[in-house]
Amino acid sequence: MASRRPSPYPYWFVLPAAVVFVALFLVPTVASFWFSLTRWDLFDAEFIGWDNYRQFFKEPFLVQGLTNTLIYAVVTSGAKTVLGLLLAVLLTSGIWMQGFLRSVVFFPVLVSTIGVGITFAALMHPTRGVINLGLESIGIDGPAWLSDPALALYSVALIDIWKGVGLATLIYIAGLAAIAPEYYEASRIDGATRWQQFWRVTVPLVRPATVTVVTLSLIGGLRSFDIIWATTRGGPGFASDVLASVIYKQYQAGFYGLATAGNVILFLLIAIIILPLTYWFNKREVDL
Amino acid sequence: MSLRRDFARRRNTGILALLVATVIFILPFLYIFLMAVKTKQEASLFLFNWPSEWQAWQNLVDVVQTRNYMLLLAYFNSTVITVGAVTLLVIFGAMVGYVLQRRPSGWNKLIYACILIGLMVPPAIVPTIWVLQGLGLFKTIHGMIFIQVAYGLAFSVLLYRSFISTIPRDLDEAAIIDGAKPWQVFFKVILPLLKPVTVTLIVVQSIAIFNDFTNPLYYLPGKENVTVQLTLFNFQSQFQSQYNLLFMNILLVTIPPLLVFIFFNRQIVAGMTSGAVKG
Repeated sequence: MASRRPSPYPYWFVLPAAVVFVALFLVPTVASFWFSLTRWDLFDAEFIGWDNYRQFFKEPFLVQGLTNTLIYAVVTSGAKTVLGLLLAVLLTSGIWMQGFLRSVVFFPVLVSTIGVGITFAALMHPTRGVINLGLESIGIDGPAWLSDPALALYSVALIDIWKGVGLATLIYIAGLAAIAPEYYEASRIDGATRWQQFWRVTVPLVRPATVTVVTLSLIGGLRSFDIIWATTRGGPGFASDVLASVIYKQYQAGFYGLATAGNVILFLLIAIIILPLTYWFNKREVDL
Repeated sequence: MSLRRDFARRRNTGILALLVATVIFILPFLYIFLMAVKTKQEASLFLFNWPSEWQAWQNLVDVVQTRNYMLLLAYFNSTVITVGAVTLLVIFGAMVGYVLQRRPSGWNKLIYACILIGLMVPPAIVPTIWVLQGLGLFKTIHGMIFIQVAYGLAFSVLLYRSFISTIPRDLDEAAIIDGAKPWQVFFKVILPLLKPVTVTLIVVQSIAIFNDFTNPLYYLPGKENVTVQLTLFNFQSQFQSQYNLLFMNILLVTIPPLLVFIFFNRQIVAGMTSGAVKG
């Protein structure tokens, strides 16, 4: 009877996690493809074909949400990657108070995004804000950060960078620690300058950290919602709307089918950007 | 000579970096604190100055009493959600990570695919509400707990899987020979050994769930379900003219992560870099 002993690692261990994940993540994700093709009030769904998508790419403010999402993700991700690496190099060079400085740069990562958003909305107030008063005192006429339509999206991105650069720095510090000191030793003996060392040793060898930072911050940037909602709510007008805030607005207005179409578009956008990027990163790794 | 010059250079860059970091990273927090202890009139000026009248206690009392002690209810709800979700994330995540690492099979590919999906795919919001309603979990605290578990699982499993690979199989086998059942091996032998990574996971996930704004906004509407982050959002419109109270609330919301950061700095750094898969 007992011909085969059951494995000491039974599959039912996976079951509790699988039930929650399938029910609350996979099922809604699969269902979203269907509901995005309907006019939907949570009870009845009427099939309307590609109408929601057509509307999404026809309404100027929805299209702007899409382009804003891309701009926002690229700007925040790029800045976090570059500044994160530079800060990490600085904070591993053995400067005075290094440990304290690392903590200071990292702490905003842990703070409530809504709290940060409200604080910066006050600091960036066009006439009374501390930032513009400070700029005024050195003779610069500060811009209307969050209320200027041309600038609002970038101002929010700036706040996002302030809050998130600490995580990039932390990952880069771990990446730098993994580089064997012999490489710097050897390049120094060969007469490399610090500048050459940075470009020829640090940048190529810290690549795994770069892959993590770029991927993480791009996904985060594309999905960004709370910082935008806490500062501008997508305004003025639709100037700083991104896909996630458009989804919320459509949801609030009761256009559930349209909101879900926005969700599917966000999903496809992330897949289109991240999957080839990951493939490219992995391929380069083999070449090295 | 060159050694001393080197020291001076390091100290000078250090001082310069400290100055810049103070202006960029510390002043905003000092600003929150100063605004939180000002009077209503002074706070409405938005200035960065020392309060002429110190009103910290009164502001604290006022903000706690707002809307019939809403903040206390919010702290209670947020704590229940965080503790509940993190407990399940530890147990479920470790169980999956354990089987995933110990038992190679065709199923593992499927589990890895799910982890990738969980890390990358944005949750489909309205369909999730539809599922929650069908299950009777919409607008409930335990529904919110399950949502946080579903969204945090991928990170937990990855973190546990890589740590379990450092625990020798001999331990499992010894326990099995001694007649332990699979669940006994896991809960009595393996799980206690996972403590370092469990602490890391608890700290990182607690902060993420406590700070979460978007998910309670969608899945947990209703006054009696308010969470800490949503109080900020609610007070933002109510306190248009009472910035001192708004900033007192921000201060109160910032203190828990600060305490966690001071006591668990090492675990946070370990979690954010070794896993390095979640922002």
